Amino acid sequence: MTTAVATEYEVVVGLEVHVQLKTQSKMFCGCAADYFDVEPNTRVCPVCLGMPGMLPVINRAAVEYTVLTGLALGCAIPQHSKFDRKNYPYPDLMKGYQISQYDQPLCVGGGLEIEVDGVPHYVRLERIHLEEDTARLLHREDAHGEGYSLLDVNRSGVPLMEIVSRPDIRSAAQAGAFLRKLRQTLRYLEVSDADMEKGSFRCDANVSIRPRGSETLGAKVEVKNMNSFRAVMRAIESEVERQTEVLTSGGVVVQETRGYIDATGTTVSQRSKEEAHDYRYFPEPDLPPLDITPAEVEELQRRLPELPDARKQRFEAEFGLTPSEAALLTETRAEADSYEEAVALACPHGVDKGRARAVAHWFIGDVARLRHQEGGEVELSATPLTSAHIAELVTLVEGGTITLTTAKEVLEIAFESGSRPSAIVEERGLAQVRDEGEIDRIAREVIEANPKPVADYAAGKAAALQFLVGQVMRQTRGRADANSVADVLRRHLDAG
Amino acid sequence: MSSSGPSADVFAVLDLPAHEQAARLRAGDLTARQLAEAALARVHAQDASLGAYITFMDEEALAQADEADARLRSGNAGPLTGIPIGVKDLLSTKGTLTTAASRMLEGFRPIIDCTVVARLREAGAVFVGKTNLDEFAMGSSTEHSAFAQTHNPWDLARVPGGSSGGSAATVAAGGVPLSLGTDTGGSIRQPAALCGILGLKPTYGRVSRFGVIAFASSLEQVGPFGRDAEDVALLLQAIAGLDPNDATTAPVPVPDYREEFARGIEGLRVGVPRDFFVEGMEDGVRQAVEDAIAVFERNGAVVDRDVALPTVSAALPVYYIIAPSEASANLARYDGVKYGFSYHDAASMWEEMEQTRGRGFGDEVKRRIMIGTYALSAGYYDAYYLKAQKVRTLIRRDFDAALSNHDLLLTPTAPTVAFRLGAKTDDPLAMYLNDLCTLPVNIAGNPGMSVPCGFSEGLPVGLQLIGRPFEEATLLRAAHAYGTFTDWHLRRPPALASDGAGA
Ligand SMILES: [Zn+2]
Repeated sequence: MTTAVATEYEVVVGLEVHVQLKTQSKMFCGCAADYFDVEPNTRVCPVCLGMPGMLPVINRAAVEYTVLTGLALGCAIPQHSKFDRKNYPYPDLMKGYQISQYDQPLCVGGGLEIEVDGVPHYVRLERIHLEEDTARLLHREDAHGEGYSLLDVNRSGVPLMEIVSRPDIRSAAQAGAFLRKLRQTLRYLEVSDADMEKGSFRCDANVSIRPRGSETLGAKVEVKNMNSFRAVMRAIESEVERQTEVLTSGGVVVQETRGYIDATGTTVSQRSKEEAHDYRYFPEPDLPPLDITPAEVEELQRRLPELPDARKQRFEAEFGLTPSEAALLTETRAEADSYEEAVALACPHGVDKGRARAVAHWFIGDVARLRHQEGGEVELSATPLTSAHIAELVTLVEGGTITLTTAKEVLEIAFESGSRPSAIVEERGLAQVRDEGEIDRIAREVIEANPKPVADYAAGKAAALQFLVGQVMRQTRGRADANSVADVLRRHLDAG
Repeated sequence: MSSSGPSADVFAVLDLPAHEQAARLRAGDLTARQLAEAALARVHAQDASLGAYITFMDEEALAQADEADARLRSGNAGPLTGIPIGVKDLLSTKGTLTTAASRMLEGFRPIIDCTVVARLREAGAVFVGKTNLDEFAMGSSTEHSAFAQTHNPWDLARVPGGSSGGSAATVAAGGVPLSLGTDTGGSIRQPAALCGILGLKPTYGRVSRFGVIAFASSLEQVGPFGRDAEDVALLLQAIAGLDPNDATTAPVPVPDYREEFARGIEGLRVGVPRDFFVEGMEDGVRQAVEDAIAVFERNGAVVDRDVALPTVSAALPVYYIIAPSEASANLARYDGVKYGFSYHDAASMWEEMEQTRGRGFGDEVKRRIMIGTYALSAGYYDAYYLKAQKVRTLIRRDFDAALSNHDLLLTPTAPTVAFRLGAKTDDPLAMYLNDLCTLPVNIAGNPGMSVPCGFSEGLPVGLQLIGRPFEEATLLRAAHAYGTFTDWHLRRPPALASDGAGA
């Protein structure tokens, strides 16, 4: 094949995300849905074991969580929905079919606004539907190297929400941004832990490429087995590379399912189109149609919390934060809640943007640093420090009771002990030295003891003053205000 | 069982309807234990020739009888306390073998009761055993059972009907006054007709299916067999109603069925749909049914012989798309991994599953799984399953229309009397045709009932009563009235009438 100009390809990716819902009980029975770190086969009953004659009963909370997610993502909620049976044989499927939704999902359309390198991009959604998770097969090997499998039924019947995007994603980076934003939203809604490592958030990618400018979709390759956001991005990159090579060398990309191998960062063929399952979907006769009334939708709409984007914008407007500050403080709902609580306490007479920003700086700066030392993403609520502590700290600084330097010391003590900052200041005598005479005395002593910097200052070296200020601060253990110390020193030196 | 054996008096009580047995128990004429011993003695003695049971529950029955006696003594007894009952072996019984008459479930003991059995346990009933059926309720003669051959008590060379053949045969033979069956396409009404007793298929959603081994989920219901309308009403009363474990049960209140008996049938508007008098119907059956309709007319019912139900002819093909489709999914769970029969001598997991299913299921079950799998396959779904569902809607509308100006429809229950064992086993279609009059009622979801209405060639004929959804009360009231005008339901099969007493 001879082409004068190398064809430029456009990446077309759609994602299918499976999200485990953190309801109390499973999708169709009363068993506890939380199976993480639980003894195998202890959260089971005749229903989720698929015993003969057992019938499913819809967990309404799972339906609500799904609709809530749909509303947060701008989906339409059709009044009529239903469950279907998806038939395929596999030992982890206790009934030989999975109860899922085929042609009438709970949520339709919608989308997610993402941003990559400051460029916004909207990814439309196809649908969101509800289904049940399968049991877990644990593959083992006996002493002779013979493989066998163990079955853990705890996961069987856990509510699973499938979110299907349209093929609107144009790069691995966009896929990453989509997944991060989706996870953030799900966590805001508190409908799922959305933790890929624990398996409560799983993602398959449909990857194809097409000549730039083309409107038709290329052969779709479904890529599975990614267990982190990074793996999803690498799998897409590697798959795009592979497909580009196939096309540029004159080959044809075949529609198939491929598995991602983490160790090599590449994909391998798992199943061709011809080997694809015929799921023989049909309406689940054991369940009546699922109707969601407009009143129920309205009620759920009211339950919707403020979502990350809206909250970020409000933080910017209400507290005078920069976009990046607001983004950091709205990363999680818990963080944003803690911040707002601290601002409210620090500003008893209404929001003061200066104080709100001061609170923000503590959260983003020293508090984040301390939390990070505790081993990564420790939530504030998991530390002895509270929003009230941070608010008090800001109030002490703003009121001139302590200096910024002292405040940092107090914060560390509060973070360790959980004591109130005011109590720490009192106990340890950390209040600011405001006695003019005291500062004057120390300034004179420092001038006396440091003839060289004094001479340097006289010779016009401004840095020498900083050294002298530092000496005074050391003597007061940081309890003096650096500006007034500089004033006092200057007065003596200039007069001298 | 006591070594002396029950007395003739106790056997005489066992021959009475359940509501009269209950009166004798309350009066202290005999104990529930004596009655249970008599029932067990009789069902055991009869079973060599009748083959009605797969599993007997002697020990449990006697324990239940003792509990019933305690309740009777404390004045805490209900209408079914101490009454012996047979349970179709499709219904889960906690700790007791539940096989669906399939090798696939050989040795399977459920860990919970189905809702219906749980309710009867609560009511103090005494379960004598699990009755025979066609494997997974797929059949009309009880010949497709992996474990037993049930015979018709009126002629042991003939079938009892099916699939609830064991439950029908044991009640007809006087082993128990009441039993439970399931009806997916006629599996209660047709054997009731062929065995000369009463049987009722409730409205879809009237009785819980929880714990009933599933064949065709959108069609089947559990229902009672009995020897008179009052008994059938009693048993339905005990099992009907909303069940939080079955999302398809309806939140419709359950009326007191017997309270309505006094209203009689004066002025009852009865429709006779011509379409049920199908080609190939035996003359004797036609005559008995016509005579029964005349009895209704003579006793004040307003009979309309010109009712049209044109879509009924489509019920058979619709049924044989929907039922096998649902069955193909319902039976997918039997893979030998979790319970029941499991074949291990294969090279791979997949081959083990294939061998398990190939060896565990009988031919009729395999036939229906294959039909259903085919009907649901990509490319065929619209032509078969979807079209069948659309026709189903039309059939439903036909019934609604026919019952909008009639309180009740009367038809034959089956086009023939009991046929000879083996006569139709090689011809599935001929077997399917025996359910022609009952299938449409399952397709529509309405309640249906079969009542003995005469004999043809010495064998019982059944009259089918079809009512509006959740109006079982009308069926029972009409059946009760009919039983006061005729005595067909009092006839007992001669060969077995004294069985047990002399055993
Ligand atoms: Zn469960």
